[in-house]
Amino acid sequence: MGPDAAVLEARAINVWRGERHILRDVSFEVHPGVFMKLTGPNGVGKTTLIRVVCGLLPAESGEILWRGKAVRSASEQFHTELAYLGHPNALKADLTARENLRFLAGLRQSLEDSDIDRALDRVGILSRGDLVARSLSAGQKRRLALARLLLADARLWILDEPATNLDVAGVTLVEDLIAEQVAGGGLVLAAAHQRLLDESPITERLELS
Amino acid sequence: MRRANVSAAAALVFKRDLTLALRRWDEVTQPLIFYVVVTTLFPLATTPDLAQLRTISGGVVWVAALLSSLLALESLFRSDVEDGTMEQWVLSGQPLAWLLLSKVAAHWILTGLPLVLISPVVGTALGLPFDAWGTLVLSLLLGTATLSVLGGIGAALTVGVRRGSVLLSLLVLPLAMPLLIFGARAVSMQMDGDSPAGPLQLLAAIFFLALSLGPLAMSAAIRISVES
Repeated sequence: MGPDAAVLEARAINVWRGERHILRDVSFEVHPGVFMKLTGPNGVGKTTLIRVVCGLLPAESGEILWRGKAVRSASEQFHTELAYLGHPNALKADLTARENLRFLAGLRQSLEDSDIDRALDRVGILSRGDLVARSLSAGQKRRLALARLLLADARLWILDEPATNLDVAGVTLVEDLIAEQVAGGGLVLAAAHQRLLDESPITERLELS
Repeated sequence: MRRANVSAAAALVFKRDLTLALRRWDEVTQPLIFYVVVTTLFPLATTPDLAQLRTISGGVVWVAALLSSLLALESLFRSDVEDGTMEQWVLSGQPLAWLLLSKVAAHWILTGLPLVLISPVVGTALGLPFDAWGTLVLSLLLGTATLSVLGGIGAALTVGVRRGSVLLSLLVLPLAMPLLIFGARAVSMQMDGDSPAGPLQLLAAIFFLALSLGPLAMSAAIRISVES
């Protein structure tokens, strides 16, 4: 692979929170076609690591590299190729499902109505498209956030507990979406404490402790 | 799908905030009501004599406008930071400063502009002469717009602080003093028959300074605020 290959790399990441040394020399690489599953007990620093990788949180030491370049110096290019799904769904309660997608996913891509309908259909809430987000159930809100991921058209997905609040069918949906993304040459890094593609050959594990 | 450009993204932010405001109308009108109430109370508490009120009318209108603008600023970024929208903006690959400026512009249209438009009526109730209307409106246009940008910086810095409103006032009020002094002075010079051009030009200069540097400061502050 050349130096520009779409590889995400973390080198010796260290993060302190006050007196606590949360992340100790964490290093890993994610290659195209791989689903990197981040596991570990609650409070071990999964979310912290994810936020560091995204560039939302600076690390005390260590570096994140995307395509061989430090993301700190080329963050805009990194962010155009990155879709992030955090703990909060980033939805506006007073906007409809469609409007939520148009106003947030639309910042990245110029969207047609058909794009939005296709994404809503894929996550199974097309019939709820014109309801305000406040009237959706917790699981439906998560599905709406997943639809935003699809519309981001990004090479790299970074997900924090993507299957939160989802029913069995919803967890299968997340697994399918991840598998599709990976099959298309994409990369997925996800923190998950429940079962998610555990027996799949595309899955690699990073256990934090 | 193709990548959205900066102006399309900024326009979306602007449109989104107007849409949201239409659905939460009560929150948006609050500062305006405060403004009208405060200025109406003044003649009750001091004197109904228009000749006496006239001398302080410009100052009263300006102080009330300043305070009600501050009142509206506190929650400017709060909900977007709390529900995770701001993180998505930071990671959108679009220049954050433009998105935030667009948000502040929408905020000014919703809260600052109504104050400016109603100020001649409010001023007249305090005995402000008709020929000072233009100066009052122009000074408030520049003043409230500048205040929105300055307040945006303060709101971005205090968004993670619980009960940040006191801190916000402490941060923004000193910066807003020149606006108040030049704004009220422009109105009183006009009433005294002098040309208000001097203070108005100073207000315009401050406005453009805030407009050019403010968004950069806001985006730096927001990046710190989403870290936690």
